[in-house]
Amino acid sequence: MSQMILEVKGLTKRFGGLMALTEVEFGVQAGVVKSVIGPNGAGKTTMFNLITGIFPPTEGSINFRGQSLHGLAPHRIASLGISRTFQTVELFGDMSVLENVMVGQHCRSRGSLLAAGLRLPSVRRTEKAITDKAMELLEFVGLAEHAGEPAASLPLGDQKVLEIARGLATEPGLICLDEPAGGLNEQETQELSRLIRAILGRGVTVLLVEHDMPLVMGISDEIVVLNFGQKIAEGTPRQIQQDPTVIAAYLGEEEDDA
Amino acid sequence: MKKISRKGLLILAAGLAAFPWLAKVVPGLGSYPEVMIYAGIYSLITMGLSVLVGFAGQISLGHAAFFGIGAYASAVGTATYNLDPWLCLILGALLSLLVALAIGVPTLKLKGHYLAMATLAFGIIVFIIFNEEVDITGGPDGLSRIPGLSLFGLKLNTTMSYFYFVWTVVLLVFWFCANLLESRIGRAFRAVHGSEVAAMAMGINISSHKVQAFVLSAVLASLAGSLYVHYINFINPSTCNLFFSVKLIIMIVMGGTHSLWGAILGAVLITFLSNVWLHAFQEWEVLIYGAVLLIIVIFLPDGLAGLPEKIKGWAGRGQPGKAS
Repeated sequence: MSQMILEVKGLTKRFGGLMALTEVEFGVQAGVVKSVIGPNGAGKTTMFNLITGIFPPTEGSINFRGQSLHGLAPHRIASLGISRTFQTVELFGDMSVLENVMVGQHCRSRGSLLAAGLRLPSVRRTEKAITDKAMELLEFVGLAEHAGEPAASLPLGDQKVLEIARGLATEPGLICLDEPAGGLNEQETQELSRLIRAILGRGVTVLLVEHDMPLVMGISDEIVVLNFGQKIAEGTPRQIQQDPTVIAAYLGEEEDDA
Repeated sequence: MKKISRKGLLILAAGLAAFPWLAKVVPGLGSYPEVMIYAGIYSLITMGLSVLVGFAGQISLGHAAFFGIGAYASAVGTATYNLDPWLCLILGALLSLLVALAIGVPTLKLKGHYLAMATLAFGIIVFIIFNEEVDITGGPDGLSRIPGLSLFGLKLNTTMSYFYFVWTVVLLVFWFCANLLESRIGRAFRAVHGSEVAAMAMGINISSHKVQAFVLSAVLASLAGSLYVHYINFINPSTCNLFFSVKLIIMIVMGGTHSLWGAILGAVLITFLSNVWLHAFQEWEVLIYGAVLLIIVIFLPDGLAGLPEKIKGWAGRGQPGKAS
């Protein structure tokens, strides 16, 4: 058994009267692809926002590599090694493709404002290292030839891939991908699937929120299913596909009295 | 962002070196070197504001107050207490730094344009203090007999020497800001401006970076204030009123907030407009500012610094684009 990189226990989030998540529990083993699926509004993105510290949970705990993330600001969580992409692309549009990835290296580099303004030798070395790392990542995801272009000028599929490269630039242990296949065509989705496998090869664990079922079923080691903020199933893709509760949630076989 | 051209800096330096001689030869330009001194001093503020507004995306409506803190620190320190002008300049900058921290740390933790509101109020408070603390500041009459600066025993008491001195400082600050903007910190500023949620997710402490940009701009404004009083040898509160804060914002919008070149261009243009070219219009001057600003915001959202790109865009339409 490999170690748990992420452990979520009793996670509850209430927005006023709305229970976005109720007592959700699951763990993610290091080195796997774990997917979170569920109908719209099931609380998937809310969970990502809790894990990355955008807002605090109402109750429950999240541990990353054994350390509690309770009360940590998002930038601290990123430094600890959790990175993410966004459901709707959140690139720095007026920056170049390369610069976007360079921003990801921010928390892995040091240097004061004064040193930067005076362009001290240490700053030059840091900048060189950041540029090299960013170029390596652009080559890894296949966007190296677009390095100098403004990020906003890329087609959507490439923008999604660029977000992954930027996320990897923070040198994470876990990367949370929020619907990376949304808006992609079939070929792009297949390339994405290969890319996710390659990310695993770099030693980065993947937590995936996705609606594209062939992608999820093909790539995941384990799946958690959420419905109305509650975990209704967890297991391998095969187990999930045969789970009657899951089928009911997706197809609505059982009439709900509520 | 394309690399900020250092070659342009050399061309500017050469042009500036020749400027006072040119102004002497060409009839009608006799007063221009003096106006350029003010333009240079304002450029120091607008470059800081460009970093703050154009790159970090925060708005300050109180930079006249930081200019005033620097100006009064130098004025009071030298004229009243006979302290060394350079020491006073540094003390003023330190005071501005502390005040900027005191304003920036609490307000920049909040979402939204609280900094604009806080600095607006701060500017008004400081203006009142300058007016009311008569014993220290001389009240509405201000302080006079402020000594000039000297550098390595060289007295900077002529228009020519001060012109070269101020514009050397401008070029140094330009170089500093350009280095900064091309570093990881500059990228963090722009990231915070572009998407706060993504910047956080990339490990950037957004409030800390907003505060850093704000403090830098405050210190530069303070420096400008010190240089101002040692040239004009006089200061009164009306120099640092609210309209001056607004005028500084007009300068960077006109020049283009996204560009250090724009910051200088805006400062130079507005200084010449208000001191020379629009003098004949008297109270109609403000109206013309308004009209110019309106035209620029509508037709040139990137300011005058965005004009070359725009022209290139018009000219290059239909031609195969060059990879940049």
